[in-house]
Amino acid sequence: MPGKLKVKIVAGRHLPVMDRASDLTDAFVEVKFGNTTFKTDVYLKSLNPQWNSEWFKFEVDDEDLQDEPLQITVLDHDTYSANDAIGKVYIDIDPLLYSEAATVISGWFPIYDTIHGIRGEINVIVKVDLFNDLNRFRQSSCGVKFFCTTSIPKCYRAVIIHGFVEELVVNEDPEYQWIDRIRTPRASNEARQRLISLMSGELQRKIGLKVLEMRGNAVVGYLQCFDLEGESGLVVRAIGTACTLDKLSSPAAFLPACNSPSKEMKEIPFNEDPNPNTHSSGPSTPLKNQTYSFSPSKSYSRQSSSSDTDLSLTPKTGMGSGSAGKEGGPFKALLRQQTQSALEQREFPFFTLTAFPPGFLVHVGGVVSARSVKLLDRIHNPDEPETRDAWWAEIRQEIKSHAKALGCHAVVGYSESTSICEEVCILSASGTAAVLNPRFLQDGTVEGCLEQRLEENLPVGCGFCHIPYDELNMPFPAHLTYCYNCRKQKVPDVLFTTIDLPTDAAVVGKGCLIQARLCRLKKKAQAEANATAISNLLPFMEYEVHTQLMNKLKLKGMNALFGLRIQITVGENMLMGLASATGVYLAALPTPGGIQIAGKTPNDGSYEQHISHMQKKINDTIAKNKELYEINPPEISEEVIGSPIPEPRQRSRLLRSQSESSDEVIELDLSHGKKDAFVLEIDDTDAMEDVHSLLTDVPPPSGFYSCNTEIMPGINNWTSEIQMFTSVRVIRLSSLNLTNQALNKNFNDLCENLLKSLYFKLRSMIPCCLCHVNFTVSLPEDELIQVTVTAVAITFDKNQALQTIKTHVEKSLQRASTDNEELLQFPLELCSDSLPPHPFPPAKEHLESASSNSGIPAAQRATSVDYSSFADRCSSWIELIKLKAQTIRRGSIKTTVTVEKASPVAEGNFRNRSAPPCANSTVGVVKMTPLSFIPGAKITKYLGIINMFFIRETTSLREEGGVSGFLHAFIAEVFAMVRAHVAALGGNAVVSYIMKQCVFMENPNKNQAQCLINVSGDAVVFVRESDLEVISTQQPTANCQPLCTGGEVTT
Amino acid sequence: MTNELDIFVGNTTLIDEDVYRLWLDGYSVSDAVARRVRSGILEQTGATAAVLQSDTMDHYRTFHMLERLLHAPPKLLHQLIFQIPPSRQALLIERYYAFDEAFVREVLGKKLSKGTKKDLDDISTKTGITLKSCRRQFDNFKRVFKVVEEMRGSLVDNIQQHFLLSDRLSRDYAAIVFFANNRFETGKKKLQYLSFGDFAFCAELMIQNWTLGAVDSQVDDMDVDLDKEFLQDLKELKVLVADKDLLDLHKSLVCTALRGKLSVFSEMEANFKNLSRGLVNVAAKLIHNKDVRDLFVDLIEKFVEPCRSDHWPLNDVRLFLNQYSASVHSLDGFRHQTLWDRYMGTLRGCLLRLYHD
Repeated sequence: MPGKLKVKIVAGRHLPVMDRASDLTDAFVEVKFGNTTFKTDVYLKSLNPQWNSEWFKFEVDDEDLQDEPLQITVLDHDTYSANDAIGKVYIDIDPLLYSEAATVISGWFPIYDTIHGIRGEINVIVKVDLFNDLNRFRQSSCGVKFFCTTSIPKCYRAVIIHGFVEELVVNEDPEYQWIDRIRTPRASNEARQRLISLMSGELQRKIGLKVLEMRGNAVVGYLQCFDLEGESGLVVRAIGTACTLDKLSSPAAFLPACNSPSKEMKEIPFNEDPNPNTHSSGPSTPLKNQTYSFSPSKSYSRQSSSSDTDLSLTPKTGMGSGSAGKEGGPFKALLRQQTQSALEQREFPFFTLTAFPPGFLVHVGGVVSARSVKLLDRIHNPDEPETRDAWWAEIRQEIKSHAKALGCHAVVGYSESTSICEEVCILSASGTAAVLNPRFLQDGTVEGCLEQRLEENLPVGCGFCHIPYDELNMPFPAHLTYCYNCRKQKVPDVLFTTIDLPTDAAVVGKGCLIQARLCRLKKKAQAEANATAISNLLPFMEYEVHTQLMNKLKLKGMNALFGLRIQITVGENMLMGLASATGVYLAALPTPGGIQIAGKTPNDGSYEQHISHMQKKINDTIAKNKELYEINPPEISEEVIGSPIPEPRQRSRLLRSQSESSDEVIELDLSHGKKDAFVLEIDDTDAMEDVHSLLTDVPPPSGFYSCNTEIMPGINNWTSEIQMFTSVRVIRLSSLNLTNQALNKNFNDLCENLLKSLYFKLRSMIPCCLCHVNFTVSLPEDELIQVTVTAVAITFDKNQALQTIKTHVEKSLQRASTDNEELLQFPLELCSDSLPPHPFPPAKEHLESASSNSGIPAAQRATSVDYSSFADRCSSWIELIKLKAQTIRRGSIKTTVTVEKASPVAEGNFRNRSAPPCANSTVGVVKMTPLSFIPGAKITKYLGIINMFFIRETTSLREEGGVSGFLHAFIAEVFAMVRAHVAALGGNAVVSYIMKQCVFMENPNKNQAQCLINVSGDAVVFVRESDLEVISTQQPTANCQPLCTGGEVTT
Repeated sequence: MTNELDIFVGNTTLIDEDVYRLWLDGYSVSDAVARRVRSGILEQTGATAAVLQSDTMDHYRTFHMLERLLHAPPKLLHQLIFQIPPSRQALLIERYYAFDEAFVREVLGKKLSKGTKKDLDDISTKTGITLKSCRRQFDNFKRVFKVVEEMRGSLVDNIQQHFLLSDRLSRDYAAIVFFANNRFETGKKKLQYLSFGDFAFCAELMIQNWTLGAVDSQVDDMDVDLDKEFLQDLKELKVLVADKDLLDLHKSLVCTALRGKLSVFSEMEANFKNLSRGLVNVAAKLIHNKDVRDLFVDLIEKFVEPCRSDHWPLNDVRLFLNQYSASVHSLDGFRHQTLWDRYMGTLRGCLLRLYHD
């Protein structure tokens, strides 16, 4: 009996009137967990019942605790007929299962009904007591922490980054079961919600097991998705990066005084190894990577990599399917063994992270992506989801070989997605090939010497740009030059990546959102024919998307793309491609040349004139953009560089491939052959359109910036004013004259208009930046295009920069002074007269600590902070890990509060919670953001992931305000439910929030509509930096030696 | 290409004050867009009409969803669906319950019934306020009335507590409820020159002095109904005009005191008996509901108009009324001093407020 779940139903409010006669309700509550149900008394005739129930106790396995949601149903008692359901609340109790997250869930939850939406609220208290468990063959993985955040969470430090974890589970979709014909829509929706909740729980548990087997204690960059495959079933799959994290509980943790192991003991999950300490003891660990050499030497050639590709198509040997089953202890052991051996080969050296600890990323090769078109068939045995597993394995294998071709041993910023239409499914995976520093991939003993090498070999701010592949044997035609920053290594002329801009990258000016949009008509077809048609179209789409991106990048006068995400969506009669990325000017890369237009018939006078007119327009636009984004890199004469100024020449970094079910792989050269690709040849009307569309992209109104990455280069003085939003648009195409051209224009207008609307709506926040702009396209029906955008608008202060926390500078100076002069050299070099005041991107640490520029160039401080603090930490960290590893977490009944005792920050946070930010309001404010941080605030605690799935259906669409009214209300309700859950966990924000799915279906003729939404994020507690100051002055003794908490101010 | 669906949902609900006003004023989306275009917003922001249309629709939808909550403002504070900063919540409520002077003058004192609601078309045509806005304002009056009608405690406090309105607006609503409950006639042509403020001022005085609540703060409807016992007693004041000696004595007292101080002394002297009779008779009749309703008509006819026709300056009216009330204390034969003060104290205040062009 590993755990006891306790639930108390306190009260309800704002209940709907269920009895028309009295205008009141006789409400009672059913509390269900697993197969056990409790009921409260009926509270007669009230819309605000006070049940104040006893504690309902469920004695359950921790496996169930992980899988099952707590289900609370509010009903109206009816003496004569069946009781009417008012609505339900599902509570995921997972956050209570790891010790440093929440200890209690308590608060008001919206009562949700899939037909009526939110109907009042209910106040519930939930607690869990976990007991010691001596069973060595457990199926549960309680204690493994999950983070949606795709970087190392703010109050943690990565000890080891183990690598890729993935899992998928399949089931029949209740919506498509025979029983659905006879049950109510409500019952069907609830069955679906419950099933998905169960499947997510199971998936998370299984991933957790894998993490434990890898000896990690956390999953970072956890991304879980649903594939609604219709008739053929429901797939829930997840990927993530297994890590061993260490909590930076307070600045005091770095002081020698703070060494009480008991304080930290709760943080390491139960480890089956009798001597957990061994995992930090040297090269014999299974984590050691033997397959690849980590030295930056460029020894990979294309030939060798392609042969590698063939060899590496090894079967997965059961790993990944998680098919060991609940009952089999021996199977379990086997599985573990297999996993370990798999790890030794490091089957997929993938990382879902997009931002990394300093020094982790050595070189970046470029974007690697793979797509595959599959025909869906019914999943016959849900316990053996082999086909789906095999599909993904295939794709991952391809990605891996692409990375190899780029001379890289790893893929970072890795993500997977699907697009389904009827029985055709496109599986996509993409990431950025990279060379990583092995220090984080194994134990920390070698840190010292690596640190040394790192500083020798990698000039700050440009190292990651240096090519990882062999110069003489390049995987694709590329034009290389010596790095404009260090002049020692070669760099490509353009760089595309799926990751965030590294914090130490040297950037000129500001960045901007760049999108490529594309539609292709396709004939309606069935099954095989359809799949073939799609496969044939895919290469052309990729090619064009890539060309568009490249042209738009040139037009902006920039030379690198970050956060690139290419989405290909399949519909009945068309394919849509949407690529979003943030363009920046990397100081290390050469200045991009302009765009030349060439006509095909050079002798025609008027035509010539037209061409030159266009050329002028393009040149003007480039000049304007350079001014707008403050791109004025230092002029460097040829002699200084010692190599010729690069010829204008386009080259692809995008290695793509697609394959149909038949496994055939077509390689496509995206590099435009030998053609000088800066020249756009206008040979037909299509090309004309392309040029036009280039010029129709309107820059955001002044005061607005936008990017799809976490942070915007060149802006670092954020205020705390943030506004997260979701906007959805659906357009209906006139079916009469559908041509590719008209389609493209419609799609382009749709996106542009949507952006314009956003700028208009958020005009009160100027000066402001839209960050993490995330577009998703779906094609719900023949002539419908749906675009969903989620982003956060953050106001920044143009003037505040000078005053922001002066002391931070002092601190960093103080730290920098212990460091060497090498660091100082580079910014001085760069800061020649032509540089703007903020030539460098705000480091993430920057934002966190609201750094400033007071005379000293930003990069100097950013880098010095990173490195010096890092060096400071190293030794003490190793100490800590060792201490912690000796204690086993689940040794006794869980008590959690103790973890925080010694931390002044944590105490401050409690104080903060007791006095919510908005004292006047009865409802505490919960912030939501797709970013991993909150500007002007410090995250003090992660409370667990929020992963929620809702269905809403209506049969009175007109009465609810049509499709817009329906969806508007639903999304508002989803936000409300997310906020309520976070507040109940004791949090005040959700970071890394993402709306993963928004599937909307309507049938206006029947006055019906249905929508499914899946959202996730990390619930956190944050403290305003201004509040932190107060706390630190209140408790000066505890903070006498602030070493690395950026937010702290001691003067 | 048409937008089938177009929504924007913020974690913090976006409220555009200008659009809110247009919505409250009852404009349709297209009218609102037209008005916004005229305000020059397109030029300021560089937006297009389509953007404005979409933005307006979004706001209207939000307001429509908020309206249900605005009907019970405390719900707006406790609800979880819309995250709105407290200052914004207050603004939403205050603006929603605000009303137009022209409108309130039309319905003040009328029964807040379906019958009146049917007349809203006429009111809309007459005042130029959209029918939608008239309906909202009328429904607000009615809603507040229903909630506080039979409630114990101070009327203003009750309104403030249940509708979270500002002090100023709560007082106005108290006046509206008080007038609706007592059905004071305010629509006669003679009364057209009076503003809502005039009536609200009088209502406040009457609530303070003439209701049950003025003597006992623990009864139901204390601030809404007039003190029946008090009205009954007012008959006793009749002696002031019925008894000729008393009337003469009263007149001489007032005249002696005011001689040389009024610019309209002779007119006052000539009219004293008429004025006094008028004021006392109004008091004596208040026992009948119908006469309560005509209170303001009577006051205008019996006092304001005669004075105005003789061109009394406001200051003279004040001096006269002060003296007229005070002198009664020197009338030995008169026993109802407290009653007189309770009546005249309020009436004096009302009359002074009502006395203007």
